[in-house]
Order: sequence, then structure tokens, then C-alpha cells
Amino acid sequence: MATPSDSSTPRGEAWVWFSGLGLIVGLGMVIGLLSLVFLNGATVFWAPPVPLAQLEDGRALIGQLAQRRIRAGSPADQPKYERQYQVGLRELNGNSYLWVDESRIKAETFPADILGLERVENGPAFVRPQSLRRSDGKVVAIAEPAFEAAFQAEVAAASAVREKLVEITRHRIGEVNAAMDRARVALRRAEDLKLADEIAARKAEIAVLDERYAVLQAEAAKVTAGGAVASLVARDAAGREVVVPLTQVIRAWFPNRLDTWGRVQLYASRLGEFIFDEPREANTEGGLMPAIFGTLVMTVFMSLLVTPFGVITAIYLREYAQQGPLLRIVRISVNNLAGVPSIVFGVFGLGFFVYVLGGSIDQLLFADQLKYNNNTPVFGTGGLLWCSLTLALMTLPVVIVATEEALAAVPRGMREASLATGASKWQTIRDILLPASAPGILTGVILAMARGAGEVAPLMLVGVVKLAPSLPFDGSFPFLHMDRKFMHLGFHVYDLGFQSPDSDAARPMVFATTLLLIVLVVCLNLGAIWIRNRLRARFKGASF
Amino acid sequence: MPSLMTPPSTSRIQVRPAAEREGRKDYISIRDYGFWYGQKKALEGISLDIPERQVVAFIGPSGCGKSTLLRNLNRMNDLVDGIRHEGDITINGRSIYDPGLEVISLRRRVGMVFQKSNPFPKSIFENVVYALRVVGVRDRAQLEEACETSLRKAALWDEVKDRLDDSALGLSGGQMQRLCIARAIANRPEILLMDEPCSALDPIATGKIEELIHELKEQFTIVIVTHSMQQAARVSDRTAFFYLGKQIEYDTTEKIFMNPSQAQTEAYISGRFG
Repeated sequence: MATPSDSSTPRGEAWVWFSGLGLIVGLGMVIGLLSLVFLNGATVFWAPPVPLAQLEDGRALIGQLAQRRIRAGSPADQPKYERQYQVGLRELNGNSYLWVDESRIKAETFPADILGLERVENGPAFVRPQSLRRSDGKVVAIAEPAFEAAFQAEVAAASAVREKLVEITRHRIGEVNAAMDRARVALRRAEDLKLADEIAARKAEIAVLDERYAVLQAEAAKVTAGGAVASLVARDAAGREVVVPLTQVIRAWFPNRLDTWGRVQLYASRLGEFIFDEPREANTEGGLMPAIFGTLVMTVFMSLLVTPFGVITAIYLREYAQQGPLLRIVRISVNNLAGVPSIVFGVFGLGFFVYVLGGSIDQLLFADQLKYNNNTPVFGTGGLLWCSLTLALMTLPVVIVATEEALAAVPRGMREASLATGASKWQTIRDILLPASAPGILTGVILAMARGAGEVAPLMLVGVVKLAPSLPFDGSFPFLHMDRKFMHLGFHVYDLGFQSPDSDAARPMVFATTLLLIVLVVCLNLGAIWIRNRLRARFKGASF
Repeated sequence: MPSLMTPPSTSRIQVRPAAEREGRKDYISIRDYGFWYGQKKALEGISLDIPERQVVAFIGPSGCGKSTLLRNLNRMNDLVDGIRHEGDITINGRSIYDPGLEVISLRRRVGMVFQKSNPFPKSIFENVVYALRVVGVRDRAQLEEACETSLRKAALWDEVKDRLDDSALGLSGGQMQRLCIARAIANRPEILLMDEPCSALDPIATGKIEELIHELKEQFTIVIVTHSMQQAARVSDRTAFFYLGKQIEYDTTEKIFMNPSQAQTEAYISGRFG
């Protein structure tokens, strides 16, 4: 006769297999997602050789292979493929990307003279250069041995000019414009209040600013006209002549001549631009610096706001509140907050934080600004502060639950020992319970950060924008501008994927941005885990 | 003799005058005391006097209420919901349930050592001076002096004097328990409650703690709960035997162990039940 232990062992076996299967399915999905994002995202900046493809109908194209897929409607046993090439030269072709039936491609060659260009406008270009018109007017033909050196020198010189132009137009003229706006608001106020001295002072200030503006404009004009602009004369695959001014060129490379080291250098240069530069071309090119910065600052602020709120609430619930039915209802409500769709928090944030709180702040502190600046709100519109607060509210239940559990896990003996020495309840909480439960609290903060950093929907309502003119942090007082709108990686993914005018060009950037967002969240979490482990080490050997 | 009303001060580290060594006979006085956890009656009709600067042992089988009574002497049971009591406990003539007496100042006068040693996850030094920290002592020299005095009294000073800043969690079990004693006596309480202080220790550590109890009774009134008859016989001056929440017998230890007046006491001591 089988004893209970005999019969339960094989039955338990089945459960082990079953639960193991669950784990494998879960892990498989995570690994699949991560590898899809990684493979697609990490290869975006790699520069492969670029073919010249001859088509059956006599046409030819030069382009970088972007995708290859089975043609819709082709038989499953004999699939027919089609290829998408990035041909660039949007101003000539109307579109940077071209789909071609694989069967229509007669031949593919890789001529060494194919040149890839990344340009300020109209996307990239793949061309066969003919000659270089240098800034001193001399023309260097492609056949001359001096061509490549001269070309790279001119590209470098042109990008120096372009950077100087950006410095003048964006930063220095931007500063003047900001000062001008402030002066105009002050002038309007002075005129309204009839302050003669003030009016005169402000008018003088505006005159000075006008003068500075004119000087900067002239400087900018001098930079652009400083010498004849070097330009490249090239032909596309169809033989049409293209003239590219080199100030338009951000990066130039010969894709079929590069050795592996050269490709790695190009990859590093593009990756550097992606991380440290600002976006161009409706966000489909350039870098993500503002979005990375915005995500980081917002997440850190959110954590700084949610931690004290959550910890204080949990201390009250666990240590001070009378345990009973009312408290149980409060606790259930708090836990249910975690299940509320995030967009609802966005709507609440917009209605309460932005309009009520922000509106009141504007009424109280920025009344002049509202009155004399066409009712332009300062805090009464979406911004970094409101985004952080909204997400802090959204992640509050996570921190509360984690803190409550951490407090409950502190051994009873430690609490009693403190009280028995004559410590008050608050001293016991501050000196014994909080330090001992700090690792558990940090676990809650880590979960909150992970959720907050990846959240998009509520942010769209309370302050994240497609393109922010300035970072929330800069050199002008008070340095950190909590009222400013900002860019966010999660929103950037949505914007690239679904709002971009050029969806083909945006596609690789979606993957790269997603990968970056994942890396950022992982880094934030690793930072928090590192802090937690240091705290744990302090309590090593404790009986919990 | 400072009364329970004087605010806690740290300058009480001084030798008591010899004239006071006699002490009062009813220093802790328990009268008709009953105690409930919710509906469950844990103690009933307890009446006993504990003389000053003597060691009193509470013995009895598990669940007899001896720990409950001990934990009521410094009102540690206030942490439990739904408790109720009748009768009264006075210390030096003053009720511990006096509404004008703050439970915090009571606990500063009545130190406690627990069954399971429970040092804080802090350094040895911070553990010992915790009671001084909570009353707001900041002066480093004063803290160091108190730390050394307490550790010496707890017979731990020579073992840890070179590593006061190390974590207390790195000590051995016996050292941890002596650290807890040092912590409990650091702010010079008048009474020391010990709830089975040696139950988790080996015989050598137990021996050290028992020696310590002998030395500490020069200055403190000690109430100890123990499951070990030998320990009660070795360390205590008087012994109370409890059974099922009732006080069966309370007398000098010699009398209890040599010539108990109750049959139940004799049966328990000789190991025939319990």
C-alpha cells in the first residue's frame, strides 16, 4: 500500500516540470524581446558596404540595404524576396527608401568610389563624386591623388563653420532674444503703471539688445559668406549631377573602401552623436541628448519625491495608525492605486497639478508675467515638476507597500530592545526601524523607478514634448528649470514610431532609442541596487 | 534614592551611599494583580514584594505567566493590542500605571534583557550608549566613560575594548547577551529584568552571566525568569513559583528549594511535573 509520501512524490514531480515550463516561457519572451531590440538597435550605426545594383529595365541604384523580406502573395514553398534600399537624395528621389524585387536585380557591384554622406537637410545621400570645388575656388577632380585629403580637409573646415554658425544663431542670439522678451514684458508693465523712469530704462535696454542682435546677425552673415563655400559635384546612379555644399555635410565616408577599423570608428562616431547631440530632421537623425537628460532628471526627481511621501505614509500606516477596518480600507485603496491605468494619473496631473496648483502658483508669483506677456503661463502648463509629481503619485503604492513590508520584517526583538532602553516610539523608528528596513525601502524605490522611467502615457499630458527648445538645466538662474517642458525617451519612441513623417527613416531609430531607454533604466536600477547592497552589508549577520 | 519622578539624568553614575544598602523590603510591590490578553486571562491574584538590591527568580512551566508578569514590570506588554489588568504594581511606592508617569521614564528606570540577544545592527559602542543617546547625551567623553563602565560591569570590556567600532553582530552569542546587559545598564536603571537570559547560551557563557548577576545585585534589583532550577537556586535570593497564571509560592530561595510549603512546588522542583 502506498504511503502518502510515496504517492505525493511523483505528483510533485509534475508540478516541478509545470512550473519550470512557466519560467522557460517567461524567460523566452524576455530574452526574445531583448535580443530583437538589441540586434536591431545596436546595428543601426554600422556602415555596411553599399552596392550599385543594375536592374532588369536598365535602371541602376546605389543604396544601403535596409531590409529584406518575403514579397506579399508569393508562394510559401518558393518564396520571392524583395529588398529595401536606402538610396538617400530625398530632394531628387522624393523618398530615401526604395523597394525592389530581388528577381529584377541583374547584378550587384561594389565600386570603391561610392561616397556616403550624412547631411543637415534632406537625409543621407549615396553618390559617386566627380570633383571637389574647394573654398579657394580651385577644382580637384576625383582622379587626382590629392582628392581625398582635400575633401576631408574641406569637410572638417565646413563643419567648423557650421558649428560656429550654430553657436551664434542658436546660443548667442537665443540669449539676446530671451533678454529681449523679458525686457518687453517689463516695458509693458512699466507703461501700464506709467513709470516714466522705468519706461526709459527699459527702452534703452531694448535698444542695446537690438544693437547686439544686429551685430550677431552680421557676424553670422560674415561666417557664411566668409569664403566661397566648398562644394562637391557628384552623380547619382542614374547619372544626374548633384552639387552638395560641404556645410551641409555632417559625415562623409567611402563605404566600400573602409576596413573594419574604419567602420568601427564610424560606428563610434555615430553612436557618440546619437548619445551626445541634439536631434535633427524631425527627430529621425542626430542625437538624443535632450531626451536622455530629460528622462534621467525626471526619474531622479520622481524618486526624490516618492520616497519621503511613501516612507512617511507607510510609517503612519504601520506604526501609528489604529489597526482596524478603516485602516484595512485605506490599505486596500492604496494597493488599488497601483492598478489604476497610468493615463488616469496623467489626466489627474493635468487637472490638478497643472491647472489648479500651477495656475495658483502663476496667480500668486507670476501675476506680472501673466498680465504683460499675453497670458503665457509659467507653471500653469506642463513641465518637469508636474511630470515628476504625477509619476511620484503613480508609483506611491509601490513604495508604501515595500516600506510597510520592510518595517514589518524588522525583528520584534530589536523594536522591544529599543523601547526597553527608554527610547520613544519616534526614536525607535528613526534610529532602529528605518535603518534596518532601508534595503527593503530601496527595493520599493527601485521598482518605482523602473516603472516611472518607462512610463509615457501620463507624461504626454503633463509636460513631455516632441522637441524641447532648451534643456531643463542650463547656466541661467535658477539653473534647474522645473517649469520647462522636456523630452523623454519613451515618448521619443512613440513619436518616432507613429508620428514621424518618414517612417522608413524612423524605423532604425525606434530600435536604437528603445535600446537606449532599456540601458538607461537598467543603469538607474543598478545604481539603486548598488546602494541597497552597501546598506545590506552594514546589517550583515543580522537575524533577518 | 532618586524617585521615579525625577527626569532621567546621566549624572547618576555614582556609588550609592552605604546607608542605603539595606534597601526597602517592598521595593517592587505587586498587589492582587491580574492580567488579560484579550479574553484570555494570563495572570490572576498575584501579590508579592521584591526587596531592593536582591535577585528574585520567577520559575514555573511554560505558559504559567512568569514572562508576562516580568514584561509588565516595565510595561513592555503595552505593545500588545487588547490587554487589560487589575490590581496594581508599585515601584518605590509609586504605581507604574500612574497616569502622570510616562512609560518612557519608567523604562529608563527598569532595564530589560531578553531571552534572545537582540543587539542593534550598529557598532558595539553605539549599542551600549544607545540609552544615553535617546536622552540626548552628545558629549563624547561622557559617552565613552559610560560605555567603558557598562562594558566592565557586564564583564565584556576586556574582550571588546579594541574593537568598539566593529559591528555588534560580529560577536559570539554569549558576548552578544552580555552586550545586551551592558546596554540595559548603561543609563543606570534601578531594576534589571532578565527574561531567560541564558536559554540560548552554552554553559561557559551561562556561568559568566550568572557571575555577573551576583556582581550586579550590589547596585540593581534584579528579577530573572528562568527555566533552570539550578540557575534559580544559584543566583536568586528569593524565588516565586507560578502555575497556570497563579502564584503558588513565594519565599526565600533556600526555603523554596529545601522545604517548599506547597506540594505543587515540590513536585515541580523535583522534576515530577512541568
